[in-house]
Amino acid sequence: MQNEHAANEANYLKYQGKYKGLFAWIFSTDHKRIGLLYLYSIMSMFFIGVLLGLAMKFELLAPGKTIMDAQTYNATFTVHGVIMIFMVVVPGLPAIFGNFLLPIMIGAKDVAFPKLNLLSWWLYMIGVFLVIAALLFGNGAPDTGWTFYAPYSFKTGTNLLPAIFGAFVLGFSSILTGLNFLVTIHRMRCPGLTWSKLPLFVWTLYGTAWIQLLATPVVGITLVLVALERFFGIGVFDPALGGDPILYQHLFWIYSHPAVYIMILPAMGAISEIIPTFSQKQIFGYKAIIASTMAIAFVGYLVWGHHMFTAGMSGTAQYYFSLLTFIVAIPSAIKVFNWISTMYKGAINVQTPLYWGASFIFVFMIGGLSGLVLGSLATDVHVHDTAFVVAHFHYIVFGGVGFAFFAAIHYWFPKIYGRMYQKSWANTGWLVFFIGFLALYSPMFYLGMAGMPRRYYDYLDEFHSGNILSTFGSWIMVTGLVIIVVNLVRSARKGKPAEMDPWHSKTLEWTVPSPPPLENFDDIPVIAEDDGPYNYK
Amino acid sequence: MSEEKHHIVPYRVYVIVLMALIVLTFASIAITEIELGAYTVAGALLFAGIKSYLVLTYFMHLKYDKKYIVAMVAFVFAIFVVVLVITFLDYLYR
Repeated sequence: MQNEHAANEANYLKYQGKYKGLFAWIFSTDHKRIGLLYLYSIMSMFFIGVLLGLAMKFELLAPGKTIMDAQTYNATFTVHGVIMIFMVVVPGLPAIFGNFLLPIMIGAKDVAFPKLNLLSWWLYMIGVFLVIAALLFGNGAPDTGWTFYAPYSFKTGTNLLPAIFGAFVLGFSSILTGLNFLVTIHRMRCPGLTWSKLPLFVWTLYGTAWIQLLATPVVGITLVLVALERFFGIGVFDPALGGDPILYQHLFWIYSHPAVYIMILPAMGAISEIIPTFSQKQIFGYKAIIASTMAIAFVGYLVWGHHMFTAGMSGTAQYYFSLLTFIVAIPSAIKVFNWISTMYKGAINVQTPLYWGASFIFVFMIGGLSGLVLGSLATDVHVHDTAFVVAHFHYIVFGGVGFAFFAAIHYWFPKIYGRMYQKSWANTGWLVFFIGFLALYSPMFYLGMAGMPRRYYDYLDEFHSGNILSTFGSWIMVTGLVIIVVNLVRSARKGKPAEMDPWHSKTLEWTVPSPPPLENFDDIPVIAEDDGPYNYK
Repeated sequence: MSEEKHHIVPYRVYVIVLMALIVLTFASIAITEIELGAYTVAGALLFAGIKSYLVLTYFMHLKYDKKYIVAMVAFVFAIFVVVLVITFLDYLYR
């Protein structure tokens, strides 16, 4: 008993278990260490994805061949997409911050199945290595686009199989994490922490976990079908054999549209924690945010067809999917109004996480509203497969998940590392990044409306000025990114020690030391009747 | 620990369910003899659906489990059914 207590005194970064050095991390079942393993591995993949994105933007600096030919460009955008979607934004917030914070936020010592949690990370790494192998060995990197559309995916001569097998394994990692979180939230909440007192980040992880559990198997089966199609020519998707390529699109998007909500829901959850903390005010419409989270998780299953409006789908189905797409916009808008109403008349404390949070709302709204242009049947025909879609997508996924990620890392950084970053550099990094982001993606809305198709390494002269602006934007954004990362990495080692609760927040993770001890709590906390995650005076 | 009661199912029930599953398997093969056009897949899914219901209810003990677990499984199946129905909106009206 005495020993156990002594172990709890050491924080999780310094704790010495059975193994030493690197093994103490890669074999650790501590949810916080696993969260950091995900942080480092996901960020490494993110940087590779960013470099590929920069290369693409450089290619588009001038018409014609600038630095790469058409085939290399096809491979570059495919690999950029596969890395960014399957390895960065889908696992992103749940795997990093969910792992680190979920048990602490519900007053538990760890997740329900710690070993399964470690296995999820190992599966993630195996998936990563498989995809990297597909890029480096065999007949060249895949060139189908990240969606692996049939019939490209069974006709291409490139090294596709390891890539889709990698995506399959990454899916397993995601399913196991979802299952783990569901059981943890159901079974391990501390006494008094009822469902109506759960922090909103936990609620969004709950909605996300259901999607991970239910939607991911569909893409797994679909990728297996593609592999079987390549090996045996069964004729599921190949029209020459009586198959249906549109069936592939259905199956792919049944997963991949809900996957967008796997990405964005935890992002919304993080923002829902940050806004009340820096407004020092009870969150506006707690129950409305929960209801909209669950509504997004549910309706998000049923809108996948809006990716296929121009693919030859039946008119009846188009009407349904368009209507449902408009319906799913409503709960997202409810959240935006709730965040703004939370800030109204609050005691606003302007800090780096709030800058990121406020700019999240801004870019997320532009991304969301441009989504309605794509969700309505008539306008979609005009802008489908143009740069407009790329702009919308990056405003939502990079503007949404990316900004929320940086908001979250600046918010929870003092808790994770027990040190504070340099605020002036963090704010500078945000400003440069934000300006770069707007310059990079905004011209693409215009270019798409004017008719520039996506996924081409070349373009007509009339699109030149928009592309120059966009490429310059990418350089500015990456400058901001370098400032942010250097500041955080430096501060994690040399920053000033952080207090237990530097932002005066009310959720449970701020009641444990920074960084937290091995099993988070010496005694499991008890939530009193009038306590709550947002009870600001 | 007294609330952790395990319901004991007689072997007879398992045997009956097994027989039903075998009969339904043959029925799902037999129905392919009839030309149903676009509804062929719907027919196959109907038999598969009944079989999964039997497996979940008896072999996986859902019938004797807590109500909220039943509700969760029902929710999952509801989503599955809705997904199928919407997909068929495309196939049947193309």
